[in-house]
Amino acid sequence: MADNEERLRRTMMFVPGNNPAMVKDAGIYGADSIMFDLEDSVSMAEKDAARILVYEALQTQDYGDAELVVRVNGQDTQYYANDVKAMVKAGIDVIRLPKAESADMVKQLEADILAAEKEFGRQEGSTHLMAAIESAKGVLNAPQIAAASDRMIGIALSAEDYTTDMKTHRYPDGVELEFARNMVLHAARAAGVAAFDTVFTNMDDTEGFYRETEYIHQLGFDGKSLVNPRQIAMVNKVYEPSKKEVANAKNVINAIEEARLKGSGVISMNGQMVDRPVVLRAQRVMRLAKASNLVDEEGNYLEK
Amino acid sequence: MKNNVDRDLPEDVMADLNYQPFKTTEIGHPEIQRVAPKVHVSTGDDKVVTDIKQVVKDTLQDGMTISFHHHFRNGDFVFNKVMREIIDGGYKDLTLAPSSLTGVMNDMVIEAIKAGTITHITSSGMRGSLGDFVSHGGLKNPVIFRSHGNRARAIEHGDIKIDVAFLGVPNADALGNANGMEGDAVFGSLGYALMDAQYANKVVLLTDNIVSYPNTPASIKQTQVDYVVKVDKVGDPDKIGSGATRFTKDPKELKIASTVNDVIVNSPYFKDGFSFQTGSGGAALAVTRYLRQAMIDNHIKASFALGGITKPTTDLLNEGLVDKVMDVQDFDKGAAESMHTNKNQQEIDASWYADPDNKGAMVDQLDVVILSALEIDTKFNVNVMSGSDGVIRGAIGGHQDAATAKLTIISAPLVRGRIATVVPDVTTIVTPGDSVDVLVTEYGIAINPKRKDLQEALGNLPGVPVYTISELQQLAEKKVGQPKPLEFTDRTVAMIEYRDGSIIDTIKEVKD
Repeated sequence: MADNEERLRRTMMFVPGNNPAMVKDAGIYGADSIMFDLEDSVSMAEKDAARILVYEALQTQDYGDAELVVRVNGQDTQYYANDVKAMVKAGIDVIRLPKAESADMVKQLEADILAAEKEFGRQEGSTHLMAAIESAKGVLNAPQIAAASDRMIGIALSAEDYTTDMKTHRYPDGVELEFARNMVLHAARAAGVAAFDTVFTNMDDTEGFYRETEYIHQLGFDGKSLVNPRQIAMVNKVYEPSKKEVANAKNVINAIEEARLKGSGVISMNGQMVDRPVVLRAQRVMRLAKASNLVDEEGNYLEK
Repeated sequence: MKNNVDRDLPEDVMADLNYQPFKTTEIGHPEIQRVAPKVHVSTGDDKVVTDIKQVVKDTLQDGMTISFHHHFRNGDFVFNKVMREIIDGGYKDLTLAPSSLTGVMNDMVIEAIKAGTITHITSSGMRGSLGDFVSHGGLKNPVIFRSHGNRARAIEHGDIKIDVAFLGVPNADALGNANGMEGDAVFGSLGYALMDAQYANKVVLLTDNIVSYPNTPASIKQTQVDYVVKVDKVGDPDKIGSGATRFTKDPKELKIASTVNDVIVNSPYFKDGFSFQTGSGGAALAVTRYLRQAMIDNHIKASFALGGITKPTTDLLNEGLVDKVMDVQDFDKGAAESMHTNKNQQEIDASWYADPDNKGAMVDQLDVVILSALEIDTKFNVNVMSGSDGVIRGAIGGHQDAATAKLTIISAPLVRGRIATVVPDVTTIVTPGDSVDVLVTEYGIAINPKRKDLQEALGNLPGVPVYTISELQQLAEKKVGQPKPLEFTDRTVAMIEYRDGSIIDTIKEVKD
């Protein structure tokens, strides 16, 4: 697992790396992660142009607090090596490997990143990575992939390629993805990394989008890959904690503080012991509440 | 000579045209004298004619001022029909004083200028080939740009003395009672044309639809009309307005609109009985939708919506969220139809709407307005007239007038493509920064420093970063770089009047 504090990754917004307007504006929508794409959304003829554009954008544009990710071209392509070098040189936060099928592929990327970090004087280990699972083989190897590198921040299911590989296609109810979703999620949790659900492309089906997002939220995914900035607010709404959850989390946090002041190792609330999972959940709820503008900096609930 | 927004004004032109430099947005309480038109007395029995040429011959002389309205927008057939006869009739040295000029009129205006038929123009704006032509020195005398409210003022003062008004209408009876609501080429409110009908010495209606007498409701009245000319078609219904107004899907426009809504809702003006004007365009329509939800959520109703009206606004009227729509023009069919069916949608003329020299105009009562900008500078001055190449490509419309609202919001992207919207100095000042309160961009907002109350109210909204306008300007510059300064000659091709008739800026001929 990458050595980084747990951060919210509700939304990972895809941005075609060959579109200057979209690359320029990517920071304004409040996505937790922005994923510049050099792979599928960029035609062969524009591969170099997109790489240069994203490189320049990373040098000049301010994307605020968003985590910056680049999806490089696959290891079996002629673009991969230059993609990795350019993005490490640019100081990208995370490189996303498409079509990951084995731990070896991740280890190869890790080695390539390390070489690039050395070549361009980047701090070794500063570039994180993540893997996209897009095939049956990838799903079955997800536990090894997720645990293959200390730089790993998360794994993502990519359903379009996966369903093709499975000789099916996507259905509104998502039954065809049930196994893959659970594999990816379990692999991620076991390895202590984030789990990202796949994209939902029909922008006119708001109801379907909410249904799917609520479902993956219930399963426990960190968040979702997105194709349109308009989906960000919808995902955030699903991940927004309720007023009751926030109040409860606040009580837990207060109990921790109380125990700390008393010098007590045991945290209790309403006469009951608060154990670690409860603490972790409370901390996550407060992070979500802050990100959803439900509470102020001190954690006080803001009435809308 | 410099005016109070620091623009250098050409002394010779100012003296020739007897202009004062812009001083202040305050109108004060002067006593003014309005003018009245000449009346050629008639019982009205022989107004209907079919020959435009003959009407032109009977009414027009060299050196006169002629006017048209632009309610048909790009579906207008009337302007070109009439101008053809005027050019072919060999008339010279006319002043063209329409409420505005739309793209479909451009070629004819250029031809009329080249023929010496038109030598002076006053308008709300111009775009495309005509803007290009004028910016390249095609017209000898500077164009005078006036806002809709200022045109009404100028007509009432006699600064614009219309000799003959040629007004297209979708219906009229034989004596000239007419409205904009029935017929093939309906456009709804006749707001701008009502000034011409009231103040022109000769009023010529053109219609493709003569209806039985007496025609009601009559927006233009038989007491004002000299001729009713029957023509084949006054306009193309499909090009008059956008058909169904589509809700924008552009995420950036939506982001800006949602922030505009946040600014309104958290301002001191968002309370029961407030009033607003949104205008047209994707972001404005989206604001209306967000505002609707906010009004429902907060149990707030508006007393009136003002200005150019769109269907989303008349929907609010029908839903009971807005008590009255005060309608000077309609941007789409839905809004035009609604004026016909809803008695709470009141047609208002340009004077009632926005004339500063008044016993009270609607804009004086306006709480919130959302306006656009081609450029806005670090003094909050706004340009809606000239492009980044210095060429005329816009219209004042009601911008200066509505900007006098209690909360004036400029909604604009920080940059458009490679061009910064927020700049150190706008190319042309149309609306002075003194009347602008908040700029909303996709990156965040900037609040006019003189509005301490708004700084307080809007300074800490979740998800709405507040910058100084200089910070936004620098952010824009960081993104797109510093453009080479535009180059102009010394020749003045247009004067921008402020709504009180003083000069706020001029436009120079571009150097190629």
